[in-house]
Amino acid sequence: MSEIKLTINGVTRTASAEPRTSLLDFIREHLGLTATHMGCEHGVCGACSVMLDGVPVRSCLMFAVQADGHDVMTAEGLRDADGAPGVIMDSFIEAHGMQCGYCTPGMMVATHALLSQSPDPTDDEIREAIGGNLCRCTGYAQIIEAIRIAAQRLRDAT
Amino acid sequence: MTALPNTRYVAHKRRVTEDKRLAAGRGNFVQDIQMPGTLHVAVLASPHPRANILSINADAALALPGVACVLTGAELYAATNPLYGGLPTPEVKWLPLAVGMTRYAGEWVCAVAATSRAIAEDAIELIEVDYESLPCIVDPEEALKDDAPLVHPGHKSNVLYRRTFTWGPVADDFAKSEETLSFRARWNRSSTVPIETFGALARWDQGRDMLEVWASIQMPNYAEQIANALRIPLNAVRVHQDVDVGGSYGVKRGIKHTIIVGYLSRKLGGVPVRLIEDRFDNMSGGDAHGPDRIFDTKVAFDRDGTIRSMKVRAIDDAGAYPGRGPFQLGKPIAALCGPYTVNSIEYEAISVTTNKTGQVPVRGFGQSPTNFMIETMVDKVARHLGMDRLVIRRKNFISPDAFPYEIPTGTKYDSGNYPVVLDKGVALADWQRLVKQREALRAKGRLAGIGIATCLEPGGGNNMFEYLMNPSAEITTFMEGCGIRIDGHGKITGVMGTTTSGQGHETLVATIMGEDLEREPDDIRVVHADSLAGLPTRSPVASRMAIMLGGAASGAARKIKDKLLKIAAHNLGKPESELEYDGGAIFDRADPARKLSWEQLCTIAHRQYHKLPPGMEPGLQAEYVWQVPRGGGLPDKDDKVQLYPCFSFQAHLALVDIDPDTGKVNILDYALAHDCGTVINPDIVRGMIIGGVAHGIGAALYEKFHYAPDGQFMSATFADYLIPSVFEVPFVKDVEHCTPSPLTSHGQKGSGEGGYLGAPACIASAVNDALAPRNLSLDSLPMRMMDIEALLNGDQPT
Ligand code: FES
Ligand code: FES
Repeated sequence: MSEIKLTINGVTRTASAEPRTSLLDFIREHLGLTATHMGCEHGVCGACSVMLDGVPVRSCLMFAVQADGHDVMTAEGLRDADGAPGVIMDSFIEAHGMQCGYCTPGMMVATHALLSQSPDPTDDEIREAIGGNLCRCTGYAQIIEAIRIAAQRLRDAT
Repeated sequence: MTALPNTRYVAHKRRVTEDKRLAAGRGNFVQDIQMPGTLHVAVLASPHPRANILSINADAALALPGVACVLTGAELYAATNPLYGGLPTPEVKWLPLAVGMTRYAGEWVCAVAATSRAIAEDAIELIEVDYESLPCIVDPEEALKDDAPLVHPGHKSNVLYRRTFTWGPVADDFAKSEETLSFRARWNRSSTVPIETFGALARWDQGRDMLEVWASIQMPNYAEQIANALRIPLNAVRVHQDVDVGGSYGVKRGIKHTIIVGYLSRKLGGVPVRLIEDRFDNMSGGDAHGPDRIFDTKVAFDRDGTIRSMKVRAIDDAGAYPGRGPFQLGKPIAALCGPYTVNSIEYEAISVTTNKTGQVPVRGFGQSPTNFMIETMVDKVARHLGMDRLVIRRKNFISPDAFPYEIPTGTKYDSGNYPVVLDKGVALADWQRLVKQREALRAKGRLAGIGIATCLEPGGGNNMFEYLMNPSAEITTFMEGCGIRIDGHGKITGVMGTTTSGQGHETLVATIMGEDLEREPDDIRVVHADSLAGLPTRSPVASRMAIMLGGAASGAARKIKDKLLKIAAHNLGKPESELEYDGGAIFDRADPARKLSWEQLCTIAHRQYHKLPPGMEPGLQAEYVWQVPRGGGLPDKDDKVQLYPCFSFQAHLALVDIDPDTGKVNILDYALAHDCGTVINPDIVRGMIIGGVAHGIGAALYEKFHYAPDGQFMSATFADYLIPSVFEVPFVKDVEHCTPSPLTSHGQKGSGEGGYLGAPACIASAVNDALAPRNLSLDSLPMRMMDIEALLNGDQPT
C-alpha cells in the first residue's frame, strides 16, 4: 500500500492505495467522489477526464501514486461553493447538453479546460476540445450549444 | 400543417428535471452505489470460439487472499434455470456461465468473487481450464448448411426460426408488374454500446428472504426473469428502479450478470455482490450485440415507378444465445413497406445461431436494418428507371387522407403526412444548393453524393410479433402503469415503475400531470418505485414511453381531477357540469366567487371526511394502467396483425464527399424533418433525434463487431470498434411537423428511434449517389473507409 496525498477540488486529502490503483479508481473508490466515470479504461472515451495541475487528463490512464503531491480537479469541482450547479453545469442544463448524463462530467471538465484557455472559442475550437470525449446519447449538438452558453455567461461575468 | 395544441407546459421549452442532478455529478449510477463489505466479481472468458471444457482447476485462485468464491457453470446450472429464450427451442439453453462447451470466444466460463475487482481479476488468471478446441462457425449462411458445426448440438440444427409469410397477392402482383429487380443488402453486426457498461449489484436479505437488485437495466420483465432463473418467488425479488442508467438504447439487459451476483449473494450469506463489466467484458462477452443481417429482396414495379410488391428474405445471425434477439425479425412486420403503398409482401424470416456473442434488442428492434433495405430498394428502382429519388418517393407515399391506413401485414398506421414532411426536409436542406454543391465537387474530381431516406418509427410497443414467431407466447397485454399522489400539503408526486436511461421520463410524467392538472410541473416530484411497490411496466423499450407512460400519467391525473370535481360538487352544492376547473381550483361558473382552492380541496380529501361525498375513499391518490392502444388482439388466420399503434415519420437528407484515393467519407450537410405528433419536451425530442442520427452514422460508416473466420473477436476496444466522436457527426439541421396521433393522450408519438432508423439509409443513399458516376454500388453497412477504397480499387470488400 502507498500513501497518497493530493489536493482535490481545493481540499487536501490523504488515503492509501495499492500502487497499481488507477487515479480513476482512487478518486471513485478511495475518495468517494463519483462524478468521474469509467467508460473504457483504455483512454478513448474521456468519461474519466479530470484536471491535473490545470491540464485535462484521463484518470484511467494514470496511477494514483503519480498524482501524489499534485492538484486534481474533478467535475465536482465545477459546483458552486454551496453545492449548486456552477456556470458550466447550469449551461449544460439550460441547453439539455446531455441525456443519460454518463459522459457529462467528462464533457464539463473538457469544457472547463477549454474555457480557461479560450474564453470566446469558435465552434471548431469547441469541437477540438471535446473531440476526445465520446457521447453516445446526444450527437453532440446540444453539448456544443451548452458550451457556447457557458462561454457567454463566463464572459459576461468578468 | 396541423397546429400545435394549445398547451400550458406540453410542447414548451422547459428544463429537463433529470439534468439538474446529472449535470451536477450527482447521478445514482450502479457503480456509485457503495455498500460495506461488497464482493466484486470478475469473469473468466473463453479464448476459444467453440470448445469442450474438459476440466477446471481453481485451487490456486481459491488460495489467493481475498477470494471468497469461484463459481463454475456446473455449479450454477445445478442451482438455477436457464435464462429466458423467446423461441420454442428448449435445447438451446442460454446459461450465464458455460457448461461443458463454450460457444463463442469471450463466453464466460467462471466467475470469481473477491474483496476487490483487482483481486478477482488476479484470481481469474490463476484458474486453469483444459479445453478441447472444436471447429466453429461464424458465417450465418455457412451455418445454414447441413454439414455446419452445430452451435447447440441438442437442437440438431443451427436454424432457430424459419418461416415465410405471405400477405396479399404476391404472385399475382409480380406477374402483373412491368419490371422486377433483385438485390442483396447486408447489415453487419453492430450495437448501441453505451458509454457506461452494464453493472449489477445484488444483496440477498436473509431477514426477509428477498433479493435486492440495483442494476444498469433497461428491460421488460427483468424481475420475472430473475425469479424464474433463481427459482424464487417473484415477490422475493425487489429491483430498485431509481438507478440512473448510463445509456442503453435497448441493450442494457444483463440478466446473466444478475443471476451470477444474485446467486453468489445468497450463497455467501447475504453479502452484497457486484459485477461491473469492464469494456472487454462488455464488448466480447456481454451478450449485447445487435442485428447481423442479410436481406435478399426482389421488388416488382411498373415503369412509372409504382412499387407493387416485394419479396424479402432476411437471414439474421443471433449469435450463440438468442434471448429476445430473434424477435428483431418480427417487429419490422409493423412497417415492412415503410411509408409506401406496396400492395403485397412476402417475408421469409430466418434466425440462425453461430459462434458469436448473443444478440439483444437494439434501438428500433430490427427496424433500422429493415429500413436500410427498404430505402435501398426504392433508390435502386429509381436508378433502374432513371427516375428522381424524390419523385419516386412522392409517387409511392401513402396519401395524407388515407389514414388510418392498413398495410398488407395487417397493421394500421395511425396518422401522418409524408409528402409535407419530405417537402419540409427538402426545403430545409435546400435541395438545389445541394445539387449545385455536388456538381461543383464532382467537377473537382471528388466523389460526391446526395442521400435521401425516409423512415417510419413504430412506437408504443405491442409485441404481437412474438406470438407470430412463437404461438405459445399468448401475450396480448403490453401495458404501462403510473401512479399519482397528492399529499395533504397539496404537493404532487408521480410514481413510475421503471428505470430511465436518458429519455427524461421524470420530465415526461411531470409535464403531462402538470398539463392535465394545470399545476406547475417543476413542483411535481416523480419517483421510480421498486418492482414490488410499482405498477406493471413493460419498461422503456419500443419507442413507447411518451405514448404509454405519458398516457398512464394522464389517465392517473384525470382520475384525480374527476375526484376533485366530485368533492367540489358536494361542497358547493352544484352538479359537476356547472363547475369550472381552473389551475387546480374549482369554482361555480354561475358565481365564480364561490370557489374551492387547490389547497382547500386537498385538505378536505386528506383531513375532512365529513366534507367528502358519502362513501368516497379519503386521500387523493390514483393509479392508472393503460393497455396499448389498438392492442389486445391475436393475429388472424392470414397472419395479419396489428403491431405498434403509433407511427412517426422522418425524412433525412445529406451531402457527402468521398476522397477518391482513400475512400474516406465526409458528411458535409445533414438535414432532417420529423413528425412525432405532439412533442412533449422539445429539447428531449431534438436530442433523441440528433443522437439517433449520430448513432446511425456510426452504423453506416464505422461500427462493426468483427469476428475473424477462425472465430476470434477483433473489436473489443474503442480503438477497434469506432463510435462517432464530434468530428464524425456533422451539424444536423432539423425541422418539425406535427400530425397528432388520434390514439394518445396529447397526440404524442415515439421519438427515440427515428434518427437511428433514417440515418444509415440516408448515408448509404448518399454514398451510392457518389459512386453512381463510376457505375459502382455498395449495399453493405458499415461502409468503412477500407471498404470504399477496396471497391474503388476493384477489390472485394472484406
Ligand atoms: S475511462 Fe478513461 S478514457 Fe475511457
Ligand atoms: S449523455 Fe449519455 S453518453 Fe453522453
